[in-house]
Amino acid sequence: MDINFILKILIGLLIIVTFFQVIRLIELSSRLAENRDQVTDKSNFYNGLLLLLSGIGLLAFFFWQRAEWGHLTLQAPASEHGVLIDQLWDTTMGLIIVVFLVLQPILFGFSYLYRGRKNRKAYFISHNNKLEIFWTAIPTVVLSVLIVYGLIVWGNVTDVNNAKGGIQMEVYAKQFGWTIRYSGEDNKLGDGHVRFYAPTNPLGVVTENMFNLQSKELESKINSDKEKLLTEKNISKKKSISDRIERNIAKNQMYKAYYNSISEEERLAGEDDIVVSELYLPVNQKVAMKFRSQDVIHSAYMPHFRAQMNCVPGLSTQFVFTPTMTTKEYKEYLGNPDFDYVLLCNKICGNAHYNMKMKIVVVTQEEYDIWLKEQAETRMIKNM
Amino acid sequence: MGHHHKENFFSKYIFSMDHKMIAKQFLLTGMFMGVVAMVLSALFRMQLANPGSKNPILEFLLGSNYVTEAGAMTPDAYLALVTIHGTIMVFFVLTGGLSGTFANLLIPLQLGARDMASGFMNMLSYWFFFLSSAIMIASFFVTGGPASSGWTIYPPLSAMELAIDGSGLGMDLWLISMTLFIVSSLLGGLNYIVTILNLRTKGMSMTRMPLTMWAIFVTAILGVLSFPVLLSAALLLVFDRTMGTSFYLSDIMLAENGIMQVLAHDGGSPVLFQHLFWFLGHPEVYIVLLPALGITSEIIATNSRKPIFGYRAMVGSIFAIGFLSFIVWGHHMFITGMNPFLGSVFVFTTLLIAIPSAIKVFNYLATLWRGNLQFTPAMLFSIALVSTFITGGLTGLILGDSALDINVHDTYFVVAHFHIVMGLSAIFGMLAGVYHWFPRMYGRLMNLKLGYVHFWGTFICAYGTFFPMHFLGMAGLPRRYYDNSAYPMFDELISINEVVSFFAIAGALIQVIFFFNFFYSMYRGTKSPQNPWKSNTLEWTAPVEHMHGNWPGEIPTVHRWAYDYSKPGKKEDFVPQNVPLSKGEKEH
Repeated sequence: MDINFILKILIGLLIIVTFFQVIRLIELSSRLAENRDQVTDKSNFYNGLLLLLSGIGLLAFFFWQRAEWGHLTLQAPASEHGVLIDQLWDTTMGLIIVVFLVLQPILFGFSYLYRGRKNRKAYFISHNNKLEIFWTAIPTVVLSVLIVYGLIVWGNVTDVNNAKGGIQMEVYAKQFGWTIRYSGEDNKLGDGHVRFYAPTNPLGVVTENMFNLQSKELESKINSDKEKLLTEKNISKKKSISDRIERNIAKNQMYKAYYNSISEEERLAGEDDIVVSELYLPVNQKVAMKFRSQDVIHSAYMPHFRAQMNCVPGLSTQFVFTPTMTTKEYKEYLGNPDFDYVLLCNKICGNAHYNMKMKIVVVTQEEYDIWLKEQAETRMIKNM
Repeated sequence: MGHHHKENFFSKYIFSMDHKMIAKQFLLTGMFMGVVAMVLSALFRMQLANPGSKNPILEFLLGSNYVTEAGAMTPDAYLALVTIHGTIMVFFVLTGGLSGTFANLLIPLQLGARDMASGFMNMLSYWFFFLSSAIMIASFFVTGGPASSGWTIYPPLSAMELAIDGSGLGMDLWLISMTLFIVSSLLGGLNYIVTILNLRTKGMSMTRMPLTMWAIFVTAILGVLSFPVLLSAALLLVFDRTMGTSFYLSDIMLAENGIMQVLAHDGGSPVLFQHLFWFLGHPEVYIVLLPALGITSEIIATNSRKPIFGYRAMVGSIFAIGFLSFIVWGHHMFITGMNPFLGSVFVFTTLLIAIPSAIKVFNYLATLWRGNLQFTPAMLFSIALVSTFITGGLTGLILGDSALDINVHDTYFVVAHFHIVMGLSAIFGMLAGVYHWFPRMYGRLMNLKLGYVHFWGTFICAYGTFFPMHFLGMAGLPRRYYDNSAYPMFDELISINEVVSFFAIAGALIQVIFFFNFFYSMYRGTKSPQNPWKSNTLEWTAPVEHMHGNWPGEIPTVHRWAYDYSKPGKKEDFVPQNVPLSKGEKEH
């Protein structure tokens, strides 16, 4: 610990001590006053006035923030359904702001108007059925409209049939990064399962080639272990080898059982899948994203497209949307040449959660086709 | 009564079965936990305003394991801080501290009972609470640190130490602590319900009960019905963690010593945990909020010198909120991949809650209307509660609407919403309660001027801290990010974060005034008159000095409701509940 630190601590202590002394002074001086610790007309007046001012202050703060920070919030949506969501947002937000701007002034205004005075008497009223029915009915009507409107948009955005005719692709999450799988020419994603993971098959895609390869590899492992077992003398090592054999046999059986459980069609679907570490999307073309996770829950959040879906281990989820602006167009729209769409993780997933991201590039259909062809040729998994 | 046995130090202050002493124990423990949680938040706000900042305080407070070589907070430490901050605030301060204090203090006193139905269960309830608090604090000092998967402890992250360090021993302690907490809460809750149903004094019909009692009654029912579900969720998680079961786990692969391992778990669903968790989690929001609303109804009526407007509607909306709170939990899970139709149902039920909430707000405003408002610190905090309840409640209309939730789910917009509507409202309610019933607890008044300074500082800092967070959320900033500097799109948000952190830390420091006032007044405050606020409720008819059994001689009989303030034809502007109706007088 250096001297500076000690000095800082001393100063801190000094401030705290001064603070307490000042408080004590206030406390002692108020002891002398009459009617100590009882409200008076004077204290009611000042607090009522302060409440009025703080009500004005709250509204001023609200408008100041909108002026100062409004431009930092997300700008126009870059997807088709995003427009619907933003319209619903604007409607709801408009309504909320109106209610906020009506109720807060009433609250703080009443506080000032009806501040206590010695010679005043409050007005005795316990209830008023007509009034109460009236103000129960208003929110009921407004909410009914909001609910119906909201559900129409929700139904539109999440309709299962939306996926039809879209580019089928997969967003795969793990601690702490994303992998993307395009479905290739057949526009069908092959089946994938975490148990088929291999360094050459990071997404565990199940195809005939992959199965043969992995099964063969396992069998050769089992065979070589069996040979080792014959020559090994050390009992504990023997035990660990025979355990390994059992494990690998079980794994191989699992492979076979799983492989046989999926249809020929699905096995073929995986053959031309393209696994890449970049996310390109063609503009004005529907994409049907499937989400998987291999470890914990992640959430694929694409704020500019108003799109988000959790990636849940053991579950396959889906979100369908159509990007409407290329990255280039959005850069021009924002006037920011450094802008990029981004895919973020939005569900706490471990210590590097804050850094689990991927750039999204939206391009024209032609650019996309060229890019995808390149990827297909140099794809990470050649032997699929 | 009859058994006036001799009290020694232990039976009076430690293992007391007197509801008033137990209330004070809950309050002090809750306050201590509140300080801890506040300090945690100040620490992570420093990180957010000034990412990677070096600070000797960090190393001093967190120890070298939580600090990088450069002297900054580690990401693990950040997640641990937000996790334990949330856990302590929601459960230990706003559930244990708030309900524990005011339910214990007020139920027998306001209903005219000698004590709670079971003093022994009541004592157990406190000591389980104490134990669980101690274990939660202890989890800071174990290998791997405390639980750090968020206060919602979603598996698989919370189930496997491989996924995050905090899911080791720290998570075990979290689960043990929470189990004890649930036991405490159930013992307390059953006691509250039984006492309210059975031990009301003569004339105290249910419909004459003060609104605090109704709020606490419904809160206790919510707790008793929902906490067992959290217990089962926690137990299943313990099984998954220690016994190799697969309730929540399936198809998981993690690196162990650098080698990818597929874990043996199969067939479980992490979404199941979320359903179980939020089945408690959402009623929990109202377990936190309702007592605060009850307390402020009482305080606003008393200090407006007016009856609470629409007593029946207030009771009805408490019940409506309580009932609806059980069928809205899915709104926390709109984007888990849940069937969209199920999502629609939850949208419907969720937005319905706005109706009873709106009724409550209108009734508060109508109570203030043409009142004679006495601005005690308690009254000021109650008015602040109405303000935050409006502000925070309104953004609920956005988050409860699934289509809108897609884009702000788990962003700072959510953080802003629940901190304002639940955090601030409940804390304001709790502080209002402390200022209002301090004379009842300690026989002295709290210093008024310090109370004002505390209120104004707190109120300004509260809005300064949480209002700007809406803008962070609308910029798409996810919560629980240790550092936003990896994203150019968030670069400019640092200016908002600086404002937030400034107010958060200032707000935390201002609480020193409150603590000083609290402990100073406990010993040196002005002696309180019997009924300092000229209130109608029964607790102010009991002698200032605490005694076993609350009233010497007979328990007062109740003749009227609790809200005869400024009743026409009466000389004083209040008529306590134990004053008989005069000839020809109608009951409100």
